[in-house]
Amino acid sequence: MKGKNVFILLLVLVITLGLVAVAAVGVGNVPSTTSSSDVQYELVTDENGELVTDESGQPQLKIAETTEPQSVEGETAAEGETATEGTTEARIGYGGYRNIKQGLDLKGGVYIVYEAEKDSVPTAQEMSAAISMLQQRVDYKGYFDAEVSQEGDKRIRVEIPGVEDAAAVVEEIGEAAHLTFRAMNDDGTPGDILVDGTNVSDADKAVQNDAIVVTLSFDTVGAAAFSDATTNNIGKQIGIYMDDMLISAPTVNSAITNGQAVITGSFTTEEAEDLAAKIRAGSLPFSLKALEYNAVGARLGADSLSTSVKAGAIGIVLVLLFMLLRYRLPGLLADIALVGYTSLNIVILSLTGISLTLPGVAGFILGIGMAVDANVIIFERIKEEINGGKSVKTAITNGFSKALSAILDGNITTLIACAVLLWLGTGPIKGFAQTLILSIIVSMFTALIVTRILLYAVANIGVKSPKLYGGK
Amino acid sequence: MNIVKNRFIYIGISAVIILLGIASMVFNAVQGKGAFNYDIQFTGGTSIQVDLGKAVTDDEISALVKDTMGEAPAQLQALEGTKKLIKTKSLDMETRNAVQKAIMDKYGVEEGSFTIQDVSGTISGEMKRNAILSVVVACICMLIYVSIRFKDFNTGASAVLALCHDALVVLGSYALFRIPLNNNFIAAILTVLGYSINATIVIFDRVRENRKSLGRNNFEPLINLSVKQTLTRSLFTSLTTFFTVASLYVFGVDSIKQFALPISVGVICGTYSSIFIAGNIWYMLSSAALNKKQNRSSKKK
Repeated sequence: MKGKNVFILLLVLVITLGLVAVAAVGVGNVPSTTSSSDVQYELVTDENGELVTDESGQPQLKIAETTEPQSVEGETAAEGETATEGTTEARIGYGGYRNIKQGLDLKGGVYIVYEAEKDSVPTAQEMSAAISMLQQRVDYKGYFDAEVSQEGDKRIRVEIPGVEDAAAVVEEIGEAAHLTFRAMNDDGTPGDILVDGTNVSDADKAVQNDAIVVTLSFDTVGAAAFSDATTNNIGKQIGIYMDDMLISAPTVNSAITNGQAVITGSFTTEEAEDLAAKIRAGSLPFSLKALEYNAVGARLGADSLSTSVKAGAIGIVLVLLFMLLRYRLPGLLADIALVGYTSLNIVILSLTGISLTLPGVAGFILGIGMAVDANVIIFERIKEEINGGKSVKTAITNGFSKALSAILDGNITTLIACAVLLWLGTGPIKGFAQTLILSIIVSMFTALIVTRILLYAVANIGVKSPKLYGGK
Repeated sequence: MNIVKNRFIYIGISAVIILLGIASMVFNAVQGKGAFNYDIQFTGGTSIQVDLGKAVTDDEISALVKDTMGEAPAQLQALEGTKKLIKTKSLDMETRNAVQKAIMDKYGVEEGSFTIQDVSGTISGEMKRNAILSVVVACICMLIYVSIRFKDFNTGASAVLALCHDALVVLGSYALFRIPLNNNFIAAILTVLGYSINATIVIFDRVRENRKSLGRNNFEPLINLSVKQTLTRSLFTSLTTFFTVASLYVFGVDSIKQFALPISVGVICGTYSSIFIAGNIWYMLSSAALNKKQNRSSKKK
């Protein structure tokens, strides 16, 4: 009996220490920094397609696969290098505090919220086209950490972390993309514009002869121009450009006169969807208006983080000391649980990829203060039970069971407030709500389960003096 | 300690504090500064925060901004250290860049030392709506949850009335201390509500339990005993939470301070309202309901 409980006690301690170690160091972290430009290099170059006619009976055009022109590759890679230099820290490991994704207000960067300027609510397809266009633009600029996401029905949030020369970049991102079909010179550079992107009426992915393809349709003007273009370029490539960036370069195998074309190739569903979205974005049915702009200098962000971490550390130490001095033995056990809680919270934060924002750090620290609440409720109950003449073990059992309803109801109502915040908040406030929700759930787990296991183990080992548990 | 007997004293103290907040709103408004220190998220506009790295007078900055954009900033504030906060009407990208460049050139600071924000009127309108909506929605949800869990509407109603009290006190602190009212406001006020209801529920949980031994309608002893039994917990939890929030206030940067101050106020007033207000409101509501019921049944007889 005693041996089993010593084992349980040691097991919990080892797990807690393990969590602390993971939270402090992380798993698989390498102390070097890498540039992410290599990865993105591929993204630009692996796009290839073939152009064939769509209509049944028409001969299927055979596509010669081409590699991207060298100049485009070089340019993009170079851009990537300069943009990400010194801003991308190694985040290859898991679980450590350094692996936590930091929000823009902590690591510096820019976010812009755009709104579609359109009278009616844009369709999901229009929005995905616009998002694809913006993603394309930030990628092309070399900001590979950038995130483009939809917010509400008609807004798009673009977040670019680690940007210093924000103003110059931001200026161009919101402009409407210009999609063109161009002739290609022998050296791979873009030649004359053959068809303008505004004449593309639709682009979508489809399945044809068991292969995934991208269908293209042109309006009347576009169909005529495309007919000329394909007639004059049989056997040659036509480049599809987003602004100056080549997104696909299919080879024409015969003239397409009906304004309906299909690009084939060895697409995956995602690649086909992506290409279709990019082409659609060239004929974006609305322009984008910047509603909100926010740029945080990297140095200021780092300052905010370090001071908040210091504040958090001091707060934790004060809470740990308070619990120990006030509740003695249970206090010590609660402290172990609290250290476990803090580490577990860090590990989960870094594994889930929740962005830690400045209000999020505050939520995390606030959560520590609130996490001990459940323990305080339980310990006060246990003390009452002991003073009422119960044995230590009965007091522990009664203490937990009587405290349960208060802890559950109290935390659920707090979660209601957080849920409302998650629903109505945007940006950093969402991060705050996520962090606080996580804190509350994890704290209930550590207070109700970890502390209980520890208390029972210690009581079973034979530490039964009521005084140690706060009795008179 | 007889909480119920002294209820009018406690409610009076709360009324005075809430009135103080309202008075400072009116006072500020009359002085033409606006009832609150609205940040650009609520008014629309551009804010430029920069660490100049050396002491510069406000007038000098103001003149520089005026030279660049043709208009002096609407608000200029010296922050901790050598940081300055410049607020103007909403600027377009070009003007914004021009102002930033002028400051960079003159004081030799880098881009990394700037925090620039621009909020359009559309967002600021939504912000106001969301702030009110979030408090209302949270209160209604809590009212429903508590009423169902405690099988007693009066419990839900008194808990939520205590929350309204807290919301008013925190709002008053924004006016009194001129804390910038920005998107952190929504987070701060909902945190306070979530914290305060937690404390209130611990007390009502005891009332729920004590009703079995003291009798369902023995209102006065019920409240007094339950508050007494939970008093240590209420104080200690407030203390631990206060430790963490206070250290955020003491060591944090400006934007964290603006967040930690109202939450500190909220932690104190949430504790106060849980101990002294929520139970008393329940006492009054329940007594009134019981009297009404008894009157009705005696009339029938």
